[in-house]
Amino acid sequence: MQEYRMHLMLCAGTGCVSNRAFDIEKAFNRELEKHNLQDEIQVVDTGCQGFCERGPIMIVQPGDIFYEMLEEKDIPYLVEEHFLKGRPVEKHMYVPKEGDDPIPKLSDIGFFKKQKLIALANRGLIDPENIDEYIGREGYSALAKALTEMTPEEIIKEVKDSGLRGRGGGGFSTGMKWGFAKNSPGDEKYIICNADEGDPGAFMDRSIVESDPHVILEGMAIGAYAIGASHGFIYVRGEYPLAVERIYKAIKDARTYGLLGDDIFGTGFEFDVSVNRGAGAFVCGEETSLIASLEGNMPEPRVRPPYPAVAGYMGKPTNINNVETWANIRHIINRGATWYSSIGTETSKGTKVFSLVGKVNNTGLVEVPMGISVRDIIFDIGGGVMNGKKFKAVQTGGPSGGCIPESLLDTPVGYDTFAKIGSIVGSGGMIVMDEDNCMVEVARYFLAFTQQESCGKCTPCREGTRHMLDILTRITEGKGKEEDIDILLEMSELIGSTSLCALGATAPNPVLTTLKYFRDEYDAHIKEGRCPAKECKSLIQYTILADKCTGCTLCARDCPVDAISGERKGIHIIDPEVCVKCGICKAVCNFDAVRIES
Amino acid sequence: MIKYTLNGKIIEKGNETTILESASKQGIKIPTLCNNEHLTPFGGCRLCLVDVATTRNPDMKKLMPACTAKIGEGQIIETHSSKVIQARRFILSMLISRSPKASELRVLAKEIGLPEDSEEQTPAEKYLFNDAPSIVDTNCILCGLCVRACAEIPMRDAISFSARGMERTVKTPFEKYAETCIGCGSCAYVCPTNTITIEEVV
Repeated sequence: MQEYRMHLMLCAGTGCVSNRAFDIEKAFNRELEKHNLQDEIQVVDTGCQGFCERGPIMIVQPGDIFYEMLEEKDIPYLVEEHFLKGRPVEKHMYVPKEGDDPIPKLSDIGFFKKQKLIALANRGLIDPENIDEYIGREGYSALAKALTEMTPEEIIKEVKDSGLRGRGGGGFSTGMKWGFAKNSPGDEKYIICNADEGDPGAFMDRSIVESDPHVILEGMAIGAYAIGASHGFIYVRGEYPLAVERIYKAIKDARTYGLLGDDIFGTGFEFDVSVNRGAGAFVCGEETSLIASLEGNMPEPRVRPPYPAVAGYMGKPTNINNVETWANIRHIINRGATWYSSIGTETSKGTKVFSLVGKVNNTGLVEVPMGISVRDIIFDIGGGVMNGKKFKAVQTGGPSGGCIPESLLDTPVGYDTFAKIGSIVGSGGMIVMDEDNCMVEVARYFLAFTQQESCGKCTPCREGTRHMLDILTRITEGKGKEEDIDILLEMSELIGSTSLCALGATAPNPVLTTLKYFRDEYDAHIKEGRCPAKECKSLIQYTILADKCTGCTLCARDCPVDAISGERKGIHIIDPEVCVKCGICKAVCNFDAVRIES
Repeated sequence: MIKYTLNGKIIEKGNETTILESASKQGIKIPTLCNNEHLTPFGGCRLCLVDVATTRNPDMKKLMPACTAKIGEGQIIETHSSKVIQARRFILSMLISRSPKASELRVLAKEIGLPEDSEEQTPAEKYLFNDAPSIVDTNCILCGLCVRACAEIPMRDAISFSARGMERTVKTPFEKYAETCIGCGSCAYVCPTNTITIEEVV
């Protein structure tokens, strides 16, 4: 391997790539060559580094200098200043808020400071497409240790003692799950990695597969050895092309190195992996549906028991874990259960990866120790709510989860603590909402999602979610009736207890939590025909304030339906009959003259 | 021997059966719509839900479909508790709301004690019977008996489910005349709402 004096760790996660990270890479290579630095400085494409809000981002090592929002046109100056003259460029450094001093080092930035990386240990440090770099970071040493120094029983005990619980949403003890599959009779067993992430706003699994694909393969190989499987499947969401590409590359390289295939590490253990691309059904995140889909059947869940550990893929004992769960395994084997279980809380050990999205300043991917408060994640790591607005709630666990209001922000992250307040940790989506979000609309949105994704096999999920959606829709349209709350509560409880799989059983959670914490908003819609957050289109009106309007005509020119009339320098008026409430007038007005009334 | 409690009665049995079969042998009738003893259990309609706890955890009650759930050591099974009846009434109300013209469902409603008089109904039942907009016009309740019958009795696979959620229907391949159909009538025979009819072809 060639040695360089400096590495430019350029984020090539999906977020940064869509912000032209690859063009920036080309620009860097061009400039480095121009200054004859190409043998001294190397540009490395890493996986997602997490700070997606500020992309494209890059970290200069050694030195830990963090650059953000890079643009192609700035690269020549940056190369000359920093890499020739040794003067880091302030213009692209992180500034917490206007007027603050720029922070040069990544380790000093609030977003990164409170994070603890285990599943994302290689974040920003390696090229995900280079197996040597993974091996250079102790990659596959846990597999070597497991195969040569440990018995399957010892591995399962270690995983069980670590306290690791399923990171896909179920929260079941991983070690116990492995134990069931191992003790299940049968000489043909299977291992599955569930990478069919589908929650709106969640991208934890995608980022892990994209940034560190070998960590999944290593975890799966260890799991396969522990339960006695020789074949594994990675069921990856079809809409994740970069993840698919990188996992294929990783499998190919691992085979070339003898880390997959026959006689791994000369121990006689054989294991190989194949990849299946999901065709876009959210229900495939549910393990029995995923297995049905793998078998070539319609993706619909079946009643458990029997659990996949007894009868899974092709009726054989199968162990299925989520991407993030697999990503923890190698660290547990290498560093031990005692170390892992020292992190987190009494019942929730280790760390959890969250995708922090919505109206938060620092959108991105974060990994935090269990037990950290929701407030710390949103305000310390996330930098608080965007545009100085007031925080209203955070939805955790996606459409299966619930919203957490401000009064419960100090709740520590954990399976049981979240369950107690009506939400779930889930797979790790965290959607921040501010004062402008209508909570009835939030509930309607999530229910519309689950309703659309219901497979239709069982009555309560198929029919019930549709009825609940109808009722929520009529409330947001101002046509709600007094009895609607009672109907929603009754249906929520019964759909929860009678549905076949978790998709239906958890579908009412967003409704139940918004009803619990934001009942006043439902009442305002139903009793007063008013949307307090001024979001529900049927219940709002756009008006122009006479004392603020300067008659600049900008709104009238931009209105797509010509609903605004008024002379130049005269006060403008919106015709409510014509207005489609798109909000363009409010967005373009330079004088803050457009108001929404409800 | 498996020892379990069914509606308060302790039963000891040697062979493994489903809760539905066990109850039936005890003369307890559990309503079903998607089950047929000759076909693979489906667990979809949810009408046969029963309350199951175990002696280890008597307070951890869970609704389970009797058609697929096997009897197990230490189970405490309630087939007609108030929770079970409430669940069945809800399920059937939804199916009646979906297919109001299916008279078979009204008969079943009487059997399980789901009143048609809105004075005696819960808020959700009242909504489902009177208020809920109807979006499908079919007596098919998607129980899947026809699909399983076709696949498992003549083994022709001439029909299957298509699409998902509320758009789900039972169809022939590509909605064309199914070449594998032998006109045996199994599908029509098992249909609980008599939605499938057979035409004589001369």
